[in-house]
Amino acid sequence: MKLDYNMLDRIQQLTLALGGIFSSHGYSQYKMGKFEEYDLYSKNKDFLVSDSVITFTDTNGKLMALKPDVTLSIIKNTKNEQGIQKLFYNENVYRVSKSTNSFKEIMQSGVECIGDIDSFSIGEVLMLAAESLNEISQDFILEISQLDILSRVIDRLELSGESRKALIKCVEEKNIHEITAICTANAVSQADADIIKNLISVSGKPDTVLPELRQMLKDMKLDDKITELEKAIEIFSSSEFKDKIIIDFSSVADFNYYNGIIFKGYINSVFGNVLSGGQYDKLMKKMKCAQKAVGFAVYLDMLDRIDLNSESYDADIMLIYDSKSLPSQVQKAISAFNKEGKSVLAVSEKQENKNCKQLYYLKDGEVKAFGTDA
Amino acid sequence: MAQMLNIALPKGRLGEKVYSMFEKAGFECPSIKENNRKLIFENEELGVRYFWVKPSDVAIYVERGAADIGVAGKDILLEYEPEVYELLDLDTGKCRMAVAGPKGFKDDIRHTLRVATKFSKIAQDYYSSLGRDIDIIHLNGSIELAPILDLSDVIVDIVETGTTLKENNLEVISTIVPISARLIANKSSYKFKSEKIDRLVKALASQKED
Repeated sequence: MKLDYNMLDRIQQLTLALGGIFSSHGYSQYKMGKFEEYDLYSKNKDFLVSDSVITFTDTNGKLMALKPDVTLSIIKNTKNEQGIQKLFYNENVYRVSKSTNSFKEIMQSGVECIGDIDSFSIGEVLMLAAESLNEISQDFILEISQLDILSRVIDRLELSGESRKALIKCVEEKNIHEITAICTANAVSQADADIIKNLISVSGKPDTVLPELRQMLKDMKLDDKITELEKAIEIFSSSEFKDKIIIDFSSVADFNYYNGIIFKGYINSVFGNVLSGGQYDKLMKKMKCAQKAVGFAVYLDMLDRIDLNSESYDADIMLIYDSKSLPSQVQKAISAFNKEGKSVLAVSEKQENKNCKQLYYLKDGEVKAFGTDA
Repeated sequence: MAQMLNIALPKGRLGEKVYSMFEKAGFECPSIKENNRKLIFENEELGVRYFWVKPSDVAIYVERGAADIGVAGKDILLEYEPEVYELLDLDTGKCRMAVAGPKGFKDDIRHTLRVATKFSKIAQDYYSSLGRDIDIIHLNGSIELAPILDLSDVIVDIVETGTTLKENNLEVISTIVPISARLIANKSSYKFKSEKIDRLVKALASQKED
């Protein structure tokens, strides 16, 4: 029976569709095994979404892990190759799920672009992110930020460890009143405090935000970073997604791993971001690689409540066979329906807990529809 | 079609006070004042929907997107640390999180301090910052009883006027942090409903200055 796209559940459909999107831009699929040495993750715990990792001891005594992440493995195995590597993946990862607070096998799709990156390759990754979100739902927003700009504005405040940490939390929460309190408590000048507050408040479409940004930061020698941001977003200038791109500096990523462009994808009516990515040259450096890298991941486990089919069926047809029917007769009936593109659930008695579109009986070797003379 | 703005208000005195602020801000929903046991109130014209929620649950409703906006005390936000935007300090419902104990209590650092509280995280963070080892006894109500019955040495709890403490021969030993009601928003909702939410925040903020 030929593959019927509509028989797949939404997540399976998305996985195929995303793979198609990534391939159309010349990205090749990277496949990996389920296990990696635990060492890889213990050294980079802060990079992981959750620091709980399932481990086991292999037959050779090595401590192994069920992979909680794909990026680290891709870097480990492709670093220092010439030119530019464009890779995508559809892999199961093993993490503690936020919703159930227990370990789950989670399907994650994503891309990594490693090597000679320029503003086009960054822009292309942003475009892939937008296309991925659009595949899930047309009602999406791709939020973009530039971490070097945020980090410089925060550095200017010259805060100690604890205060800086508290301030970054406030940035993530758009908590302007508490930022004011922290700045006052640390004798930060009104002018410097205003810059960070304005930076977080100015969120919206790039056409409005970028000029405001240049004006706001004109004394900080950040023009090159603003230009970097502008160049990356330029890819959307004549795209259907133009209105779904916003700039928002309250978006934060780990400063130890990320630099430059960072971005998050949101779907209306799904809480939390379903996509997350950025440029992570710093992580590359930590893994002893001088190359640049940018990528993103789509958290498909967040999408299992998005089902476009309001009713779901176990099969198209429930076929009830009687005790005299031979297995070969049942199979013949099933094959006939399959040829018409219909799926069949064959049972000996009607099952109330199964939902099928049509009901048929197999009696005396003949298939009869429900309601006809049986 | 414009989307509804879903607002979670804490059941009780604070919630009613906060509702009148929302009403003044132009987000009224008259049916909410009817004396009944309904939990959801809608004003279709304005595109706003209110619901009464247990105060400690407001943050969960907002974090998970069941509500776009909510009002929660800073105590709840510090204890549960939901991933939400905190857009405004409403300057109401003011009180403080404090350490309280029997009158004249002296902390003997040779012993682990027993702390009874509803706010385990806040207590733990506070004493960690002081480098003090503690034993946390998590209780859900009438926390003042604990030191009286020698279940604990001190308590960490919300203090308003201090009358309850006084009447039970307890006193405030130190203030941990001031508490007030905060306006919180779901991060995803904020991206899609920012115009409406910003309008609400602006209108509420201007009431504070009055």
